[in-house]
Amino acid sequence: MNNDKTALDRRSFLKASLISGGGLMLSVSWLSSFKAADKTETLNLPDQWAQLNGYILITADNKVKLICPNPEFGQNVMTSLPMIVAEELDVDWKNVTVEMGPHDEVKLGPQFTGGSNSMKMYWKPLREAGAAARQMLREAAAQTWNVPVGEVTTKAGILSHSNGKSAKYGDMASKAASVPVPKEFQLKAPKDFTIVRHSKKNVEAQKIVSGKPVFGLDYSVDGMLIAMIQHPPAFGMKLKSFDAAETLKMPGIKDVFTLKLYEDGFEQGGFDTRTFNELLVVVGKSTWEVMNARKKLIANWEAAGDLKNTIGGRNGKTEVTVPGTIESTRTQLQQMQEYAAKPAQLLRKDVDPEAAFTNAAQVIERTYNGPFLAHNCMEPMNFFAHVTDEKALLVGPLQAPGWIEPTLAKLLNLPADKIEIQMTRMGGGFGRRAYGHYLSEAALISRKVKAPVKLMYTREDDMTYGIYRPMYTATYRAALDANKNLIAFHVKGGGIPEHPIHANRFPAGAVDHYLAEGWQIPSNITIGAFRAPRSNFNAAAEQSFLDEVAEAAGKDPIEFRLELLKRAKEKPVGKNNEYDADRYAGVLELVRDKSNWNKAGNEKYNRGVAAYFCHNSYAAHVVDMVTRDGQPYVERVFSAIDCGIVINPDAATNMVQGAVVDGIGNSFYGALTHKDGVPQQSNFHNYRMIRIHEAPKSIDVHFVQNDLDPTGLGEPPFPPVFGAVANALYKMKGRRFYNQPFKEEVEKVI
Amino acid sequence: MAKITLNINKKEYPMEADPQMPLLWAIRDLAGLKGTKYGCGVAQCGACVVHLDGEAVRSCVTKVSRAAGKQVVTIEGLSETNSHPAQLAWQEIDVPQCGYCHSGQIMSAAVLLREKPDPTDQDIDDAMAGNICRCGTYLRIRKAIHLAADMQKKTTTKG
Repeated sequence: MNNDKTALDRRSFLKASLISGGGLMLSVSWLSSFKAADKTETLNLPDQWAQLNGYILITADNKVKLICPNPEFGQNVMTSLPMIVAEELDVDWKNVTVEMGPHDEVKLGPQFTGGSNSMKMYWKPLREAGAAARQMLREAAAQTWNVPVGEVTTKAGILSHSNGKSAKYGDMASKAASVPVPKEFQLKAPKDFTIVRHSKKNVEAQKIVSGKPVFGLDYSVDGMLIAMIQHPPAFGMKLKSFDAAETLKMPGIKDVFTLKLYEDGFEQGGFDTRTFNELLVVVGKSTWEVMNARKKLIANWEAAGDLKNTIGGRNGKTEVTVPGTIESTRTQLQQMQEYAAKPAQLLRKDVDPEAAFTNAAQVIERTYNGPFLAHNCMEPMNFFAHVTDEKALLVGPLQAPGWIEPTLAKLLNLPADKIEIQMTRMGGGFGRRAYGHYLSEAALISRKVKAPVKLMYTREDDMTYGIYRPMYTATYRAALDANKNLIAFHVKGGGIPEHPIHANRFPAGAVDHYLAEGWQIPSNITIGAFRAPRSNFNAAAEQSFLDEVAEAAGKDPIEFRLELLKRAKEKPVGKNNEYDADRYAGVLELVRDKSNWNKAGNEKYNRGVAAYFCHNSYAAHVVDMVTRDGQPYVERVFSAIDCGIVINPDAATNMVQGAVVDGIGNSFYGALTHKDGVPQQSNFHNYRMIRIHEAPKSIDVHFVQNDLDPTGLGEPPFPPVFGAVANALYKMKGRRFYNQPFKEEVEKVI
Repeated sequence: MAKITLNINKKEYPMEADPQMPLLWAIRDLAGLKGTKYGCGVAQCGACVVHLDGEAVRSCVTKVSRAAGKQVVTIEGLSETNSHPAQLAWQEIDVPQCGYCHSGQIMSAAVLLREKPDPTDQDIDDAMAGNICRCGTYLRIRKAIHLAADMQKKTTTKG
């Protein structure tokens, strides 16, 4: 066991206080150094629970309830995060129940689901919470039995002493709550883990398979009204006038009105993105009635013109002008070509790339394009709000309550402690639910109609609202010397409205001369996080390009990458290289070995490989493609992942398999295009999603075994799928694929 | 508006509803059973699959009037103790990620398992192609259906 020195530093953040019904509450206020402790509410739980800290409650009959801090959107945190607590607390997992915590960042930490951060963010605090509670239980037993605390041992929820005394945690829970918070405690060594690294089933699986109302759209209260928003049909448009006479005659309809989301000059936070500011709202009794009545609205739209956004930030406010241009995919592509030819922002330069390209024996230059992508979470955006003059209750699917709370406070003119946000299970997120405009909309609608309201987006609303993965392009150039060594690398990437370039990622650091540049085109088409938006484009483009360069250099694509990574490790070029070359090489070697790369027996497959590092984890895939019914089909995939310690191996495998399927689907089919500002896809009949018959027969997932602190899996396995698919397509078709979605290109070839 | 009585999961639900209303919204809003999900509203994703006299239908495009006088079964009524082989197999294989589509997946799988008690992968792909899983759990869905078929066989043999 290790003595955890960090605990000493954190001690001041552990706060003890009495709770009603007896016992002591220990809050893990480890964020208190960043945020004022303005919330004093405690969990509304039965008195018989002895609350040992913000995460742990133990009953007298030895039941253990663990509170999950982070919202669940399918990444399985409701199981994996409590597993960490249970490990250090040393309880029997069979006795553990899990409950989603309320929004209370003082007691529960940052509570943000996204950026593959949950594991990285909570690993240490949750271990400490469990270990501190275990130490307090041992102390309580030591006092009761009058023995030194060092002689009290624990195993699976039982306290024991060599003199024969033993007690269940439940027996000591109340007493433990009065023990001072330990100054120092021990964490288990990874070799002693009995829960972490041992697959545990999804704690909510039974609810899911029996149809329990766990999602936001399922939440309901008596007297709740349904609201829908009619947003403009095109980006760059706004409401001119409307006639709701027919709508108001429809059964169940309560009201039709317009609402301005942000007043002029409203200071937006970084995740307050919204596409349309003026909302035409229909409110009624039931979903179908509102859906139907909304169709009767007569609305006239007009060009919105340029829009001014005020964006807040650490360095004060900035005014951003969003152009009112009515855009089409065709004009966007033309505009991107024009921008690509202009000088761009320098992002990184190592040594003398210009000279290296001038003197090169061979230069390879390729341009890649990727369209906007819609998230298409299975559960469309929705939120419940009940706002009064005194307080606000909001319930629904959301990735980041802490980001929207200050916005709601400003919009509703309520103090933050009068705003209660409850997070339901999310029917998918993929980054989309980090943008809480739909809470703000629901809250303002509820305040206006003075009733509890569920704001609901239909699938069409959800798909055509915006907040897409940006549209990207990148031109890559590689310089080879006479011996076919890669001597210079240049990437110039752009996008609408942001560029995709991560200048400090591989192959930066592995090539003598390196140049990265970026440019961007402002747009009224809103964008946001999408399972690592920049990375998933880059991993398609860069990994496809490296495959082509390896071929030009006469090298195996895996060996070519490994040579570059060896260089990056032994003699890195430049500064701030983001990746660990050993771990990057590790996943490539593992996938090479597990897939029997270049070995006999795989002749029937067109094999493509790609690897990528993002969001602190490393992933590599080998994609095995065949022709089936005249179409390319990914029949088999091998995946190698390094995310440090794997908390819940089977669930982690599920995540990787899902990311592979998602990657195949999005690379083949994903695209959201525009004509005159109007999204050309609005539902699953014209936005093609991957289906079961298109999913591989096998996805063989392997994890690098090490004892490094865990990092996440939400993003990292996804991006390299695109590149591996592109490279397998090349093997199959004999030509390279530069434009997503690949399906369209394949059809052109056929 | 019309008076309609729906029989959902062997229970009568008298309701006042527009006969054109999709069965989905009658189930969710009027009967208050939230297990059946809205995903697309146009019979593309399968999140809303229920059984109508034993057949899998997309409740989002099935008029409520069509369900009157018939037996509607939703995920809540698929088994009395959540013990349908598909429900058990789904948990055993730990299929769900976000979980939103799985009511519909399981309702589609239940009809497949009845019609083809020993389905091949091809049978599964054919029967389940109408159900989208955005998280990409398709491989586990196949595996769970095979396991459910095995469980079903054992139960049948015993019985």
